[in-house]
Parts: sequence; structure tokens; C-alpha cells
Amino acid sequence: MNRVAECFELKRRQNQKVLIPYMMGGYPNLPDSAAALEILAEAGADLIEVGIPFSDPLADGPVIQAAGQQALTNGCTFSRLMQELGPVVKALPIPVMMMAYYNIIFQRGVRRFVEEIKDNGFSGVIVPDLPPEEADELRDAGREFEIGLSFLVAPTSTSQRIRSASHGSTGFIYAVSLKGVTGAREHLPPELPEFLQRIRRQTDKPVAVGFGIAQPWQAQRIAQMADGIIVGSAVIQRMSEEQGLKSAGMFLREMREAIGK
Amino acid sequence: MTKRSEWYFGEYGGRYVPETLMPALEELDEAYRRYAGDPDFNRELLALYQEYSGRPTPLYCAERFSRELGKGRVYLKREDLNHTGAHKINNTLGQILLAKRMGKKRIVAETGAGQHGVATATVAAKFGLECVIYMGEVDMARQALNVFRMKLLGAEVRPVTSGSRTLKDAGNEALRDWVTHVDDTYFLFGSVAGPHPYPVIVRDFQSIIGKETREQILAKTGRLPDYVVACVGGGSNAMGIFYPFLEDPEVQLIGVEAAGKGLDSGEHAASLGMGKPGVFQGAKSYLLMDDDGQIKEAYSISAGLDYPGVGPEHSWLKDSGRAEYQSVTDQEALDAFKYLSVTEGIIPALESAHAIAVGMKIASRLKEGQICIINVSGRGDKDIFTVAKETGVSL
Repeated sequence: MNRVAECFELKRRQNQKVLIPYMMGGYPNLPDSAAALEILAEAGADLIEVGIPFSDPLADGPVIQAAGQQALTNGCTFSRLMQELGPVVKALPIPVMMMAYYNIIFQRGVRRFVEEIKDNGFSGVIVPDLPPEEADELRDAGREFEIGLSFLVAPTSTSQRIRSASHGSTGFIYAVSLKGVTGAREHLPPELPEFLQRIRRQTDKPVAVGFGIAQPWQAQRIAQMADGIIVGSAVIQRMSEEQGLKSAGMFLREMREAIGK
Repeated sequence: MTKRSEWYFGEYGGRYVPETLMPALEELDEAYRRYAGDPDFNRELLALYQEYSGRPTPLYCAERFSRELGKGRVYLKREDLNHTGAHKINNTLGQILLAKRMGKKRIVAETGAGQHGVATATVAAKFGLECVIYMGEVDMARQALNVFRMKLLGAEVRPVTSGSRTLKDAGNEALRDWVTHVDDTYFLFGSVAGPHPYPVIVRDFQSIIGKETREQILAKTGRLPDYVVACVGGGSNAMGIFYPFLEDPEVQLIGVEAAGKGLDSGEHAASLGMGKPGVFQGAKSYLLMDDDGQIKEAYSISAGLDYPGVGPEHSWLKDSGRAEYQSVTDQEALDAFKYLSVTEGIIPALESAHAIAVGMKIASRLKEGQICIINVSGRGDKDIFTVAKETGVSL
């Protein structure tokens, strides 16, 4: 079992929820993004998702787009990111996953990419533009290197698609809460509970919900229906403020309290 | 469900999109399969082609152009004579009929130079559908005339300020809009790129160009051409004229990419010539990118060609050797633009001028009785200001 799956398994046995902050590698700059890993872990993250900046992030809203753009402008490359983050990731007590658009993976070579992130201490990968149908190579590499793979399911997914995403996911299933791109929302769709029930009917695997979650009260409500909460833009937004890392940490503590230990 | 193998041309194509869109692509695929063979659908489309757009477009023997250059004959497929001034409307008419039948209320599209945006706004106006066009801020400044045309046609033009603020970013933004409004919105993609089934749908609607050309050249000369030449950005006009000739091995198919300021300058749009396979905006195809896989900005004097990707079927035609891809610089395209204007009285789009530049080289080598067909994908009115500026004329 990979570390991502173990994390969910452990929390489930303790009847607790998995808190997953998302941060952008290389944002606000390389050293600070390494420091952010430690701060988020201390603030109560159970698992951290690190985005690899990409020039054309079509699943992302303005906040994550801008963070990725800034990281690229700062000269963040995959190799520099691994050099900077690798030692920190390896030393953290919690698992870290990578969120990467498929071209970044494909360019490096799928197997080589997975091997490299494994060598740098990462435990899993999420690819927002890779549906299960196109993922054979990544699945094979994930199995070989014990790297967890999470497929996404969306409110538009049919039952059959939910089953195939579940079948391919070796950590948890990533439920996209809404139709749209990443980014804080004041209101989440009223159909969300029904959507999560629909997923539960198709699978026993753990489900984490992401996209749009920005407030502790939202996290609290969703946590009652899911195994984990993913929060991205709301964390990154705080990193752009003065004393950004600290305020991102404080925000994550609030989220932690909201969903319970 | 369609089979994954049907999403590919060799190893190129596929569906690399967020999960939210996968069911929408499946719905589109099913609708297209249903209507592609439907007599009513095809009758309606043909009537629109004929009475709204002015098809068939002529296949014109460019005698003076040919005679000055060599011994053979050059024919021009006059897609510039379509309504809205370019081949783009062949596709938008087909897709709007599909959108109507699928019960969609709202159309979104991306545009670079504005030609696809204008063609989309045109058909949306004709069929009374809400229309939102995404266009990079940089392109909006370069193509103010087309922005105004789209607005006149009742479309909302939304400036895109992310990334390089050009066509690729407009495409990303249109996809983001589609993800958000997937239930009632039809994404009217303009080229033979993007996730399956777009490369097939757009190619099929554009292949009216090649079907007519094949019939016309046989009627006029009793034989098939030796060469068919077309420019390639995303590659829709080229795919449209190539497709009906794919099974005729004696016909050489030549696609022409934009070499911009020169292939060595780094400022070009030659995805097939200088790129390598990658995944971008939903499909695996040749791409311009750096070693990390970050997509590069493409450059060309012609706003319709500066796209860092290319349709997956072209990537396959390149690898299989069925088509050959060359490139010409801004300067060569400008020279060809002027040459066609003064020899035939036809001012081509700068995009098409790239094909004409290669057509001129071929024409000078043609033997007696040989035939070269060039696709004049659009007319040049929109480019007058650019050409004036490049040649130091102030208007």
C-alpha cells in the first residue's frame, strides 16, 4: 500500500478526516515554497498536494493560474523544484503528492517522471487533464514505484465513469465539487451531497472533495460527507499576502479545527 | 461509448481534458455520429453552403501567375470568396447545426486573428444563439477590425489577459468557460486540433473544400493535380483540402507552416517542422515547447498561424510521410502576398500567402502539363494594415 492510501486508511480507522492543502511549487518563490511544506504540515495537514507550474493550466482559475505564472517567471523548472523541495518532502512526517498537467509528465517520459518523484520523496500524483482512458502508462509506472494515483470524478461523470476512476485510483478518489475551474466560491452547488452519495454507491474507496472550498464552515459541512477535504486557491491567496506563509498556516489551522482532528 | 482507438490518428490525438468535459465530449461524439449520416442534416448544411456562404467556391486557373513562373498550371481554390471571407465558415455552419440539434443555448469559441470568431458570431446571429468569443488582449489590439465585426454581429468578445494573451490562451479560457457551463453551452472549436471528436468533426466539415476541388480539377483537366498546397496553423483548411486526396498517392500534399523571422530565430510557428510530440489543449500532437514541457509562444506575421500546436492528423500525416510540411518566413509570405495581388488581382490573407509562397517555388519547377493547386483559404482585407506597416506605408 502506498503512503497516500495508508494515510486515508489510518484516518478512517480513527474516524477522522484527511486535510489536504494544495500549494504551488516555486510560489511565492522556491525557498519559500519549501518552507511552506513545513508550515502546512505543522498547521495540521495530513497530506500535501504540490502543483507543478504549467504554462497552460486549463483546469485552474485565476489564483492558481497567477501563482503558476509567477513561479515560471521566477525561473522555476522541474529540476530546480525537485532539488529545493525533495529534501524537505523526504523529511516530512506526512505524505506529499504532486499535481501535474500531463505534458510535464509526458515530456520527461512517464516512467522516468514517476521514478524521479519517488526518489524525491513524493507519494502520489494527480493529473487534472488525464482521464482514466489515457492513463495506462501512468498506472503501470505508479504500480512499479508504489506511487499513488488519484483520478478525478466530476458532477457530470456517469456511474460507469465513477467506477472506472475508482478502479484506477490507488490512493483516494478526487471528487470535483462543481462544474468549473479551481478557485474559492462563496456557495458550493446544492447538488453536492447527492453527487457524493452517487460516488459512494459506486465505490468503497476514500473520497476527498476539492474545488471551491474556501471557508471553514464549508469544509466542516463537506467533511461530514467525505473522507477528505482539499483546499487550494484559499491557501495560495493567503501566501500572496504579507507574512503570507504564516497566514496560510493560520488559515489551515482554522480548517483543521473546523473538520476536527 | 466510443473506443479509445477511434480517438487517435496513429499515436496522435486522444482526449486529454478534465473529467468534467469527458461526458460532454462523449455526448458530442454521439450527436455527430447520429447526424453525420442523416440526410436532413446534410441537406440543410448543403443548402447553407450554397445559398448562405456561396459554395461551391471556384477553382480558378491562375494563368498569368503560372506563366510568369514556369511551364505548368497553377489553380487557386477560392475559399476567400466564402461569406465572411475565409474557409472558417464551412466548419461553423456545420457545428452550429449540430449545436441546435443538441439543444444547446449558448456558443463559446476561441479566436486568434478573429476569422473563426467572426465566422462563429455570424452563424450564432443567423441561428439566434447567445455567443461569447474569447480573444487574447494582444490579438484584440492587432485585429481591432474583426473585434468590431464580432460585436456588430451581436457577440460578446471577452478579452483574455492570462498567459501570452494570444490564441492559445483564448483556447484555454474558452475551455474553462465550457467546463463551467457544460450543460447548456456548445464549444465551437475552430480547428482540427483539440480533443476527439473535434479533429474529426472539423476535418469532415472542411473536407467540402477538397471534395469540390477534386471534382473541379477532374472536370476541367480530366486528371488529378500533381501538388496540393495549403497553409497550416492549427491546420483546418489544409486538412479540408488534403482529406479527399489522401487515397490518391500520385497527388503530393504540402502543408506550409509559418517560419516567422526564420526557424533559427526562435520566433516562428513551425510546430511540425521544429516541435516535438506533446499534449496540449486536449490532444497529443507536435508542439512548440521547452524541455520541461512548458508551451512556447508561437510567432508569425499572420495572426491565424501563430499557434504552438497543430492538428493531430497532420502529425500523423507527417510521420507517415503522406504529406510533406515546409515553412516560409514572414518576408516570403509578404512577397507572395504582393505577387498574387499584382499578377491576378487577388489579395490573399497573409495565412494563405504562406501557401502561395510555396506554390510559387513549385510552379517554377513544374513541367509542361503538370498541375499545382493552392488553397487560398481567406482574403487579405483584414491584413491591409499589417502589410502597410511592414512595408513602411502609413494609411
